[in-house]
Amino acid sequence: MTAGESAWRIGLATLAHVAVILAWHLFTTLGNVPKFVMPTPWDTVLALIQPEYRWWDNILVTAAEIYGGYLLAVGGGVLAALVFTWSRWLDAAFMPVLVSFNMIPKVALGPLFIVWFSYGLLPNALIAFSIAFFPIVLTTARGLREVEPDLLDLVRSLRGSKWQIFVKIQLPGALPYIFSGMKVAAILAVAGAIVGEFLGSDKGLGYLMLQVQVTLDTAAMFMAVILISLLGVLLYALVIVLERLVVVRDARVS
Amino acid sequence: MTEPFIRLQGVRKVYRTRGQEFLAVSEVTFDVEAGELVTMVGPSGCGKSTLLKILAGLHPHDGGSVRIGNQANPFDPSRDIGMVFQQALLLKWRRILDNVMLPAEILGLPAKASRERARDLLAMVGLAGAEDKYPYELSGGMQQRTAIARALVHDPKLVLMDEPFGALDALTREKMNLELLRIWRESRKTILFVTHGIAEAVFLATRTVVLTAGPARMADHIRIELPYPRTLDMKTTAAFGDYSRRIYHLLGME
Repeated sequence: MTAGESAWRIGLATLAHVAVILAWHLFTTLGNVPKFVMPTPWDTVLALIQPEYRWWDNILVTAAEIYGGYLLAVGGGVLAALVFTWSRWLDAAFMPVLVSFNMIPKVALGPLFIVWFSYGLLPNALIAFSIAFFPIVLTTARGLREVEPDLLDLVRSLRGSKWQIFVKIQLPGALPYIFSGMKVAAILAVAGAIVGEFLGSDKGLGYLMLQVQVTLDTAAMFMAVILISLLGVLLYALVIVLERLVVVRDARVS
Repeated sequence: MTEPFIRLQGVRKVYRTRGQEFLAVSEVTFDVEAGELVTMVGPSGCGKSTLLKILAGLHPHDGGSVRIGNQANPFDPSRDIGMVFQQALLLKWRRILDNVMLPAEILGLPAKASRERARDLLAMVGLAGAEDKYPYELSGGMQQRTAIARALVHDPKLVLMDEPFGALDALTREKMNLELLRIWRESRKTILFVTHGIAEAVFLATRTVVLTAGPARMADHIRIELPYPRTLDMKTTAAFGDYSRRIYHLLGME
């Protein structure tokens, strides 16, 4: 992609976003939609100046839950995949267990986490973790396994060690897969943290949404949804930037 | 009379899978002098790739004897093998020069000298200037040239090639045949080259080993007395035709 082409794409995408907001504005004003059903974009922005909602504190709490759970999932997921790939025995025994665990709707774990860890940041981060963990394990394990047999022969003909194969071939070869899992997990982690806040919590943007629902402050609910999405977008963007830095273009898995 | 560089006598290999025996190769008896380019030709299932793997020390053989190296050319099985496969199998995330370096890294050879050698080899295979490119920026023929340079970087005494030009289009293949002859002459390596192309087998070889399938055995080996340097015109000579006919005959394909 040339510089001109990418500028054109970014410009067009920005324009499309503006168009959607404009359509939203026109729909609510021309349609005389009541504010408690759908606020205008401007009403939504104005919700931010209400100090009693303590936006900044709530953003920080939700961000900590999402990013904390996510980092835990990336670290734990990659580590688990490494262990499975190193030991055929562990792989055969515990990979099926992991797949069974993956069948659990992670949201259903919420009440349990609350019993175990009480209200607050930790159980919500753990729900985010549990939902983001599996795609990372599965894609990383797949990436580590995906080695050309002939390439292994080449290394073995030089009496290369298992460690050399791992460091020089398996791990760098798995990076694109790890990133593809990380992208899926980024979206899931956001959902996990918010569901956790819905289930039981006294802080965070999800908690705030439930509070303002009672008073029908729909504009604040809209703002909360937008801020949650932005936290997700930020995470996703960071993952993509990191991927561009570490993974050679041709090796990327879309 | 001095000993040949490679001596194979009655080599036989049987694979066992789920209680069933499958004869992969048998009755293989031939010698290779140091500096020869010997081709092995035959249909799928004749055991030519198996034979290469036995020579590379990747598979044990079940019968007969395999001896590589003589007084003039001592052979170290852990570092005197170079391998080239049908697919170039370059590491996508490494630049061309770093791809060529792989065997040197595995053997722990001095980095600086190896880099110099890798550069020289890339120049020899006609890729001067491509050192810093990534594999995806190179054509199939150029990737295969890189793979050949990689097989030579640790200065092995024996280079094993398993249908290295099998995935290339016909014209590129002819060009690579001429290139290989030049590289062989300049590097003075002993090369064992597996192909299922009869014309290719005759064109390249000082000697060609004919293997048949069902049962998998060696039919004969033929010294190719065409002069070097070989030119594409030779493919139309009567002598070339005689060799090809003999191989077709041995393979039961008149």
